[in-house]
Order: sequence, then C-alpha cells, then structure tokens
Amino acid sequence: MECRRRLNRRLILTNGFVFSILSYMVNYNERLGRTFAALVDPTRRAILARLEREDGASVSELAQPFAIQLPAVMKHLDVLDDAGLIIRSKVGRTVTVQLRANPMREAMDWLRRYERFWSKSLDRLAAYAERKEIEARKTRR
Amino acid sequence: MTSLTLVRRIKARPAIVFDALTTPEGIACWWGPDDGPVLVAETDPRVGGRFRVRFRMLDGSEHESSGEYLEVVKPERLSMSWRWAGGVEDPGESLIEIRLRAIAEGTELSFTHSRLRDEETRRSHTAGWNGALDKLERHFLKEHVA
Repeated sequence: MECRRRLNRRLILTNGFVFSILSYMVNYNERLGRTFAALVDPTRRAILARLEREDGASVSELAQPFAIQLPAVMKHLDVLDDAGLIIRSKVGRTVTVQLRANPMREAMDWLRRYERFWSKSLDRLAAYAERKEIEARKTRR
Repeated sequence: MTSLTLVRRIKARPAIVFDALTTPEGIACWWGPDDGPVLVAETDPRVGGRFRVRFRMLDGSEHESSGEYLEVVKPERLSMSWRWAGGVEDPGESLIEIRLRAIAEGTELSFTHSRLRDEETRRSHTAGWNGALDKLERHFLKEHVA
C-alpha cells in the first residue's frame, strides 16, 4: 500500500538531537506544572471559579461554602498563590483574594496545542486504517 | 483540565487500527500535526518496550517524542508513557491511553493523553485516574509547597 509519507533514517543522523533548552523554557515548564497541580483539586477549582464570578473575595468568604477548616483553605490558597493563579492583598485585618488569569491561559494553550497535534494525527490514522481495511478485504477475495 | 480525550469512529477492524498505532509503517503515515514527514519511527510494542518517533513539521521544525509501552493488549488496549525529547513542549512525562472497541462500522477509538509526572504515579496508573491524580498532587505539594 502506498503511504505518502516515508521514513527517512538518514536525516536523523545529520540533524542529531539539537534541542537547546533555554532557562526560560525550564521556568515555563515548572510554572505549567504548578498550574496543573493546582488545578487537579476540586476545592481549588471551586475557589477559582468563584473568584472568576466575583472578582475578589476575602479568605473567610472563600472558606464559607466548604466543609473544611480555615487553615485547610489557607493551604489551598498557598498552592494557588504558588502557581500564580491568585493574588492576595491585605487591607487591615482582611485578606482579599483575586484571580490572575495568565497561568491559566498558558495551561489552556498547552492543552490546545496537544489537541491540535492529536486531533490531526488521529484523523490521518483513521484514514490510513480505512485504506488498510479496504485493502485487506480486496486481498481476501 | 489535566487530560485530553478524543474519540474517533473508524471504518476498519480493531486489529488493523491497532497495527496502524504500533507499527513503524503505520506511524509513518499518520503521526504529526501537519503533512510534514515522519523521520524516525521505532516501536517495540510489548510491556516495557519503547517507542521513538521523530517528525518534521511543514515549518521546518523537528520534534521527537519517546516513551515506554505500559500496556499492550492487541487489539483492545494500548498505554504508553510519553515525553518530548528535550522537554521543549512538555514539562515531563505524561500518559497515553488508547482503547479500541469493536462496533458495527469498525472500531471506536478513544484516546486519552493525561499529564503525569512522577514515576510511581505512572507505574500505578491502573489504580485509576483519580488515585493517580491524588498522588500527583501530593508529589507537587511536596515539591513546591513544603
């Protein structure tokens, strides 16, 4: 069967594995890892969703809907803060929490890139397998 | 948020789809986000075996990914670890899980790419996605918060 794309083993030797990674990328990767780690927890996602709706809330307001103690909420906020997903600012005795959208956008970009990659690949995989199926049926006759 | 799932219905029997997924000839025909060529495709589809695929995109950039087969049950299931060489696009190792189900018209392929980082989580991924995510989270909490 004809395949429009061919393996070329020679090229790999000449090109080598030239992927020089800038420290920027390392930082980017670490940041991305923190973002995803922050987002795996449902309580933290609920906090983020609320901050998106309300554009800022105090720590005790945020803790209120959850059946967990304030220190546990503080810990979740630490994780979100570490991932750069929120900003905490203190006025008097009240700590106000606000959403920062940038890391989230980076995480979405990452997912979209993967989606593009796999979506296109799987479309081609399907077309290839379907050609193979037709070929197999012909051979059997 | 942390995983991507795609489903395709393919007019070909599962065994043919499985071969397309696991043979270098097959991979050379479909792997990659555009019509650029696959330069290297190596596979060893058995548990513990490895794969390596390098492709060039139409913009001239080359990308390589490799990983280990974690589950190989022809023609139904295929799981492998995944990481980009050089780690440009990917912060670490992730997991690919493919399920092939025979349907009247051929095969329903469901494909999941999820992000997993630590070795232990990857090895015990059969414990279930939630368990894995919990561990992943603990791993990160240790790493970044403690």
